[in-house]
Amino acid sequence: MAQKTMIQAITDALAVELKNDENVLVFGEDVGNNGGVFRATEGLQAEFGEDRVFDTPLAESGIGGLAIGLALEGFRPVPEIQFFGFVFEVMDSVAGQMARMRYRTGGTRTAPITIRAPFGGGVHTPELHADNLEGLMAQSPGLKVVIPSTPYDAKGLLISAIRDNDPVIFLEHMKLYRSFRQEVPEGEYTVEIGKATVRREGTDVSIITYGAMVQEAVKAAEELEKEGVSAEVIDLRTISPLDVDTIVASVKKTNRVVVVQEAQKQAGIAANVIAEINDRAILSLEAPVMRVTAPDSVFPFAQAETVWLPNHNDIVERVKEVLAF
Amino acid sequence: MASKTKKTVVDVKEQFKAVADQFELVQILNEKGEVVNPDLMPDLTDEQLVELMTRMVWTRVLDQRSISLNRQGRLGFYAPTAGQEASQLASHYALTKEDYVLPGYRDVPQMIWHGLPLTKAFLFSRGHFVGNQFPDELNVLSPQIIIGAQIVQAAGVALGLKKRKKDAVVITYTGDGGSSQGDFYEGMNFAGAYHAPAIFVVQNNMFAISTPREKQSAAVTLAQKAVAAGIPGVQVDGMDPLAVYAVTKFARDRAVAGDGPTLIETMTYRYGPHTLSGDDPTRYRTKELDGEWELKDPIVRFRTFLEAKGLWNEEKENEVIEQAKEEIKTAIKEADATPKQKVTDLLKNMYETPTAPIKEQLAIFEAKESK
Repeated sequence: MAQKTMIQAITDALAVELKNDENVLVFGEDVGNNGGVFRATEGLQAEFGEDRVFDTPLAESGIGGLAIGLALEGFRPVPEIQFFGFVFEVMDSVAGQMARMRYRTGGTRTAPITIRAPFGGGVHTPELHADNLEGLMAQSPGLKVVIPSTPYDAKGLLISAIRDNDPVIFLEHMKLYRSFRQEVPEGEYTVEIGKATVRREGTDVSIITYGAMVQEAVKAAEELEKEGVSAEVIDLRTISPLDVDTIVASVKKTNRVVVVQEAQKQAGIAANVIAEINDRAILSLEAPVMRVTAPDSVFPFAQAETVWLPNHNDIVERVKEVLAF
Repeated sequence: MASKTKKTVVDVKEQFKAVADQFELVQILNEKGEVVNPDLMPDLTDEQLVELMTRMVWTRVLDQRSISLNRQGRLGFYAPTAGQEASQLASHYALTKEDYVLPGYRDVPQMIWHGLPLTKAFLFSRGHFVGNQFPDELNVLSPQIIIGAQIVQAAGVALGLKKRKKDAVVITYTGDGGSSQGDFYEGMNFAGAYHAPAIFVVQNNMFAISTPREKQSAAVTLAQKAVAAGIPGVQVDGMDPLAVYAVTKFARDRAVAGDGPTLIETMTYRYGPHTLSGDDPTRYRTKELDGEWELKDPIVRFRTFLEAKGLWNEEKENEVIEQAKEEIKTAIKEADATPKQKVTDLLKNMYETPTAPIKEQLAIFEAKESK
């Protein structure tokens, strides 16, 4: 075991899969010799060669098409989109093409592609780097969308994503890349896609969240504990498909829920989580399911991040509202 | 004071002329079926020439019957192909089975001649998933509706073929309108940067629905767009089967030799409407223009050429026509006999292993379907 940051865990997962399966190809803008703009692919080209880890021209749509074409020739592409705000350039390849490949060919062709992309606020990036666009992906049938919040999960989920024979969008929160270290096992292990985890057990309220908001939720739960409130924190880990069973089990225990996302209120997937709870556990609810989200403006100018991004204080406040309902 | 002629940054006229000079139309067979460029004559046996003619005649019948079947409501989405037989079939004839075809929505004939059963082509037209279920060894993807997507995907297939060290190429087709898409440029540029074995065919039939070619681009040829990717571009008479074959063969030979992709612009025409989904070409095309292009008909000129060589006659042509009609009749019957689609079929085709929500919905629809 070694103490690793999330970015190191990601590099480790890529190395494991490059070694494990000769069909795995890693490519994107500056992922080769440069090792990626965040060093996520550091050392991989040196170890596995330019044939396996290579740079592309600067064109996201072309990268998407490249992945699809390589998949048709039996490869297992792991392309990178440098920042997920650039996904609009490649929306057709992702949602219009690879997500539909198995369906449109009646199961005779597949797209075992894992798209890696950083996103997320709190690190003062320039425009369209940090936007939370996972909701767009979650609305596209044929995709799976994974958002890890810890180094351990990042490695296990990325290995699962690469081995999945359908397209997976693997979103890496920039603020979590190096914010903490965790014990990460050497070699291969997997974390199942579509399974949430309980980060912190509690009995009074469920806080359901993902990405960087998991840490905020845990922090909020610690503060609430001081006030005698026991909050359960659920880390969704996969936001499409949702792990409805884990969500419902928690709701039935606590009877109160706050769903937390970094995305704007009209975006993200919080509304979907609430609808599932309403469908499946309304008789268990003592209060409406409430949300903590960002405001419905465009992602903030860098200096406005602190007042715009949701944080643990917003969560504490909302939990109290739900408890007082 | 003597006036000085100022030197300009660039002599625009000279630059345009220099570019245009490099993209002269390649033609081997003129409208009268005469060989005008014997030096470029492709190396085809008599049998091969007859086979190519057979495919073109067969495909013309398919077009006529498809239009009629569409009007009767026995086919759905259909994009007419009459006029483009040389462009579609002579380019395809230069390929081998190992080559990969990424067709656009008008390029069903190439798929059929690559091995797609006609029944499946009809099921595609009607909108049935079985129409897109191809055996592994058929190197074809179903017709691409998103104009340009096939171009970036072709770059990927080409890189795949190169990495697998196969002696094969990918060929992909788009229209004149498609050359305005970003994916058209990106696909060519990627394939160029990777020296990947791809052939990009732009079938310039002069109209993108109602929009004439001139409104797509100020470029005098579409072939010259290859320059932007640093790859060779060729403009060819798309009504001339021998020229289209020779140019595609040239591109294929280059590609398998490791020299990278080629862009081919075929100058062609569609006699019919854009699609049979309500397009009315009389709104944007004149009878005179239609008539002018009918004189250039690829089948007419190839027929004249073959008849002069004693390789073709009316009897032979009628045989092909009758055979095509018979095969079409059988295929439509087979399509009719294909079981109807169920929601559970569609759900099962979403993922290798159904996800939890899919499982849940499968159970709901299985219950409905068993009633």
